[in-house]
Amino acid sequence: MSVETLVHQEVLVVRLHGDLDHHSVESIRSEVEKALTLGGYRALVMSFASIDFMDSSGIGLILGRYKKLKEMRGAMALCEINPSLEKILKMSGVYRVLPVFPSEREALAHVKGVL
Amino acid sequence: MSSRVSPSVAVENYIRLQFPSKSENESFARVAVASFVAQLDPTLEELTEIKTAVSEAVTNAIIHGYENSFGEVRIECSILDHTVKITIEDDGAGIEDISVARQPLYTSRPDLERSGMGMTIMETFMDLMELESSPGCGTRVTLVKTVGDDPSQQPS
Repeated sequence: MSVETLVHQEVLVVRLHGDLDHHSVESIRSEVEKALTLGGYRALVMSFASIDFMDSSGIGLILGRYKKLKEMRGAMALCEINPSLEKILKMSGVYRVLPVFPSEREALAHVKGVL
Repeated sequence: MSSRVSPSVAVENYIRLQFPSKSENESFARVAVASFVAQLDPTLEELTEIKTAVSEAVTNAIIHGYENSFGEVRIECSILDHTVKITIEDDGAGIEDISVARQPLYTSRPDLERSGMGMTIMETFMDLMELESSPGCGTRVTLVKTVGDDPSQQPS
């Protein structure tokens, strides 16, 4: 599991790769947190394009970041959700609190519009 | 908590795995079970559902059962016709109140950013999820799912 972070006009984009489970989530969380804090960003896009597997640990990661950005009055969006991920995200109510887009470009446009 | 497939029980094939409660083994456990179940020719969706349910059960054993201390997790996976039965057991802390633990979004560890969705995911992705637990002794989760073509659903 690895995580790729890039910045697009004050928006932190996190591209997740590989398996997202309890084992891998801890290092991903600290990397995302570090990037958010260091840059002072209030907007986050998480891309799941390269995720092969995700369990409820991923839900914890998403909702944890959502809570944090909400406290900061920031914006967050998810993108590139494959059908097996979609099922877990819907079950957990993630779609009720966070906007989800087919592409990173659309997710970026959305969070920039909210800020 | 010990359960063994006795030779008198009709199963066509089975595997047993035992490993220490290290989070590195979560991925090994779900991949091993999925590889074994592959002989039933499940759809990719069914295989993903089984992998996810196993991952939830093993994670629970490691973080709730053993609370990240050392212990052993045991998995038994057996198949009969098109049905797979998986038991995941630990000798850890056990669950005080199973009905509370099974509630969606309930977590005993919000500090670890756990979502409380593990049991709901197991219930939704499998045909059956049974939970047996005795506080101080351990927990056993039984997961059952029929995959691919179920012969009992076919006209004879």
